[in-house]
Amino acid sequence: MSKEPIRLQTPLTGEGNESLRTGDVVLLSGVLFTARDAAHARIKEAIENGDPLPFDPEGQVVYFTGPAPARPGHALGPAGPTTASRMDPYSPLLIERGLKGMVGKGVRSEGVIRSMREHGCVYFGAVEGTAALLADRVKEAEVVAYEDLGAEAVRRLVVEDFPVVVVNDLRGGDLYREGRERWRRPVVPG
Amino acid sequence: MREIQAGRVSAAVRDLCIEANTKLPESHLAALRRALDDEESPLGREVIERLLQNADVASERCIAFCQDTGYAVFFVEMGSEARVTGGELGEAIDEGVRRGYDEGYLRKSIVRSPIDRTNTGDNTPAVVYHEPVPGDGFKLTMLVKGAGCDNMSALKMLTPAEGVEAMKDFVVETIERAGPNASPPVTVGVGMGGPFEKAALLAKKALTRPSGEPNPNPELAELEEELLGRINATGIGPAGYGGTQTALAVHVESFPTHIAAFPVAVNLDCHSHRTGSVQL
Repeated sequence: MSKEPIRLQTPLTGEGNESLRTGDVVLLSGVLFTARDAAHARIKEAIENGDPLPFDPEGQVVYFTGPAPARPGHALGPAGPTTASRMDPYSPLLIERGLKGMVGKGVRSEGVIRSMREHGCVYFGAVEGTAALLADRVKEAEVVAYEDLGAEAVRRLVVEDFPVVVVNDLRGGDLYREGRERWRRPVVPG
Repeated sequence: MREIQAGRVSAAVRDLCIEANTKLPESHLAALRRALDDEESPLGREVIERLLQNADVASERCIAFCQDTGYAVFFVEMGSEARVTGGELGEAIDEGVRRGYDEGYLRKSIVRSPIDRTNTGDNTPAVVYHEPVPGDGFKLTMLVKGAGCDNMSALKMLTPAEGVEAMKDFVVETIERAGPNASPPVTVGVGMGGPFEKAALLAKKALTRPSGEPNPNPELAELEEELLGRINATGIGPAGYGGTQTALAVHVESFPTHIAAFPVAVNLDCHSHRTGSVQL
């Protein structure tokens, strides 16, 4: 956003992610897979039962969203990020299987952050509440699994210049913590 | 006795659902523009600019500006000399929600129960609160309540000895704990007094007040201003990326309470603050 954006093509690699820093503005192009609460619960079940996953996580990026229905002529309805911490119990399962990026909003648990650093996965923030703008960057969308979940189904999106910011990098940087520390002001007693 | 056709109620609810989800209230847009002027962090300003652009695009194309089109919450002020005919009020509201969420391309986010998480498929049931008032008026106020910020809300039963300072601390702590998860800049609804549930309901209703309109009671208005200053000193900022604009407004509502009690509830609303009302 304020800095010159970095253009990244998915799939991502652990080596490529090394150079990203907290606060970097990134424009993602390529494939993103959507999944939120119910889809993550099913993915966990599939892993436990040894069933096939909706997609091979290696190098992929998951976008935590449940889009609104699309009006005719749109690839996807409004689709902003949802709160990522609800996926904390599940994310390490995908990270251990090669997931290299997550897009959402809000803080992640220490366990997820540790798993990300160990396996070269980066957490990106998208600006929540900009669902109409973000949907414009989605060129194709198709349901690939769990269609019965409706908005929560797993979709394969093809995006172009999808705007995100690096929140958690591989060096322990955390935009939420650093941003808050930088702008915190003492309160003048009234 | 004034009679209001159930069909009129459904039609008004349908329009409110679409309008509230695709057009931000003018008072809220004005609050966002003020925040843009006041924000000191460049990244924070950029976030607010995007929110304003997003509001333009959504309104032009009549699409939802946030995919979480929420719980459909209604406050119904019905005069004792008015009544709904040709159908039951609750069903008329649900019918309006059904049509609004279908015809407005809005997401259906309601599941049957916290345990059985099957989607009801049409965003019903609506959440309806009745308030009896004198006269023959009929006013419907809708709040579209997203879950991300609702999840970060909190209630505490303080003691009278802890008093107003503990109440202020609790409000600020709730914002600190919510951090980026509540999608700042937020609108903060604070309810105090009554028994347990009254405080929560007041906090929710406080969110329907036009953004930044102070409480008519000057002491409460002063409290709102003080809380806003403290919240904006936390540094959380737009989208939680750091900045000086964490809340756009604090709305406090108060109700008499028990000699033994000082309940306080904090209900947060994200920057997609969706509310509207209609009189029939």
